[in-house]
Amino acid sequence: MEQGIDARARILGRIRRGLRRGPLPDSLAAGLVARLRTHPRNLVPARGRTPPAERAARFAAELEKEHGTVARAASAAEIPGLIAAYLAQHNLPAALRVAPDPLLERLPWADRPMLKVAFGRAEPSDAVSVTSCFAAVAETGTMLMLSGPDHPTTLNILPDTHIVVLRTSRIVGAYEDAFDLIRAERGTAGATPTGTRFMPRNVMMITGPSRSADIEQTLELGAHGPRRVHVILLEDGTG
Amino acid sequence: MLTTSPAFKQNAARALNDPGLQKALANVRPRFIEKRAKGVATLPEFEQLREIGRDLKNHTIAHLDVYLDAYARAVEAQGGRVHWAETAEDARRIVLEICRAVGARTVTKGKSMISEEIALNEHLEAAGIQPVETDLGEYILQLRKEPPSHIIGPAFHLNREDWIEAFRKSHTHRPADRAFAERRDLLTEAREVLRDRFLAADVGITGANMLIAETGSSVIVTNEGNGDLTQTLPKVHIVLASIEKVVPTLEDACVILRMLARSAVGQDFSTYVTFSTGPRRPEDPDGPEQYHVVLLDNGRSNMVGTEFQDMLRCIRCAACMNHCPVYGSVGGHSYGWVYPGPMGAVLTPSLIGVDKAGHLPNASTFCGRCESVCPMKIPLPKMMRHWREREFERHLTPRATRVGLGVWAWFAKRPGIYRLGTRIAMRTLGLIGRRRGRFAWLPLAKGWTSGRDMPAPEGETFHARYERLKRQGLV
Ligand code: SF4
Repeated sequence: MEQGIDARARILGRIRRGLRRGPLPDSLAAGLVARLRTHPRNLVPARGRTPPAERAARFAAELEKEHGTVARAASAAEIPGLIAAYLAQHNLPAALRVAPDPLLERLPWADRPMLKVAFGRAEPSDAVSVTSCFAAVAETGTMLMLSGPDHPTTLNILPDTHIVVLRTSRIVGAYEDAFDLIRAERGTAGATPTGTRFMPRNVMMITGPSRSADIEQTLELGAHGPRRVHVILLEDGTG
Repeated sequence: MLTTSPAFKQNAARALNDPGLQKALANVRPRFIEKRAKGVATLPEFEQLREIGRDLKNHTIAHLDVYLDAYARAVEAQGGRVHWAETAEDARRIVLEICRAVGARTVTKGKSMISEEIALNEHLEAAGIQPVETDLGEYILQLRKEPPSHIIGPAFHLNREDWIEAFRKSHTHRPADRAFAERRDLLTEAREVLRDRFLAADVGITGANMLIAETGSSVIVTNEGNGDLTQTLPKVHIVLASIEKVVPTLEDACVILRMLARSAVGQDFSTYVTFSTGPRRPEDPDGPEQYHVVLLDNGRSNMVGTEFQDMLRCIRCAACMNHCPVYGSVGGHSYGWVYPGPMGAVLTPSLIGVDKAGHLPNASTFCGRCESVCPMKIPLPKMMRHWREREFERHLTPRATRVGLGVWAWFAKRPGIYRLGTRIAMRTLGLIGRRRGRFAWLPLAKGWTSGRDMPAPEGETFHARYERLKRQGLV
């Protein structure tokens, strides 16, 4: 431990020597922490500023470009049927590991007795997962998955097929908008330099299925993560 | 990793005569250069973002002590632990202590250049802990016991036959007569073999593309998803990151994220951009119980305040090597250490010493393409020139070069004589070289002409041309 504290002091000391100054006076350091607290935006490009009415279409087009697939549901009641149809179409087993999320728990699974539905974190043998998603970004067709009791991280990454239910009202224009949603909905007081904490343990921004170009620089889908990412867009007002 | 940087010339000569490597290098243009151009074209604001990114990193480095401290405090406030490592040896010792404390036997690893830099695998193996590389490219290199040749496509130099051979030799529990008709078969086999390793690992080690001071998060940017399995499944997650990876806020990270994948492989955004903040929370159903960050200095703090400070802006996108004619000819292994291409030519001497890596800053044609594509606008050619000057001052340059440059300097300080001299030399060279327009050989310049032809002068010295254009109002 002692050694650790010394290493920290020596590294910071060398940085300051390079900068030809001592520790910053408190007033200046406070200004930098204030910038962390206000986190001003930098340039947000035009493609991140899609008007609300066009976001769902933009999101879908961007995701499809990155090898994801998209279906639309007019109501939550349609979702089990859409999932069953998707599984049949791709010859996938009719067994699902579903995130313990209230939206997904409330779906009328009983309408599809052929579907075997289990809730919880992913087991290595699970082939298909179903999760919701905290928010999505139209700019590049990117979805944000936040870890928590309603969303085990393993569901995003262990199964071969990942089915996502995304409410259209949760599609924002740019990454910055999604981060602001996390701040607004998950922020609490914390002993951090800014006095707040809002990031869940794990935030995955996912854009399409897993891939690798390591073999002869040629793209193949399904490296270590899901080979298929299928999004069901649930119309709920906007988009 | 042991360095062969001092043998750059021999390495390069071997590379030029290696048909497999040359075949792989032919992929650079279609797979990297053309894709980057397309990727950049999807973002009209790219040039503006480069300037914002440069200023942002300059601001961060000018306050690096403050941001590192804020970052470390934010990690610790959320249950993570930060370990400060001054040297590669310190970092290795810290990682080993963490592994031993949980009785680790196998460790899975996401792609990390820092891990290569500190030669972690050898160290873990010697201590009886088995490291398993899980990035596909890194995995095959581990099977072949070979270093990476590219910072984002580590197995870039290999062809399909090399993969098949390595898999047949290593995966002996599989049927010997299985076919590898397609690339997909290789991928599937690697996925299956590695899946068992992920599930068995006690510790997962990843790198970090960025550290966020505002939130205390580490960020990895990947396409395969191996980094996410590595950091989600084991009990312990260790992040290896160097001190210059910190950025102030999530908004600042966005500037870099918008340029990183586009510069690297022409993708708008990588498949997985993952933020890790501390260990598993009480209510979480999965995730690691311990979260450690090893913050490595290893020579970087000494770059602050020097002519090499700008190099600390590097986001490891590899655009500079992809666009470098020298890299494109000799590949990554020739550079003899972890970081190849223009960024390696600047960084390697800082990290392992100019006495060992003095050849690297000379491996440049000064064409300037690296700087023109670098998303962080790092003046790479200028810094290579600084290294050459330092090397010269330390008298590490071969005597002939030193004498030649000494003579040049004497003339250059006396412009009248210099101009006269160059005019005479131009005429003479122009006359001799007239027949084919180039020289394959010049007196006193064998080291230069043995690898390339010197274009014959076309009649005017630079000074004369400059004067003429100025008179004509063209400059
Ligand atoms: S020097 Fe620039 S172009 Fe090269 S890897 Fe670093 S950021 Fe990318």
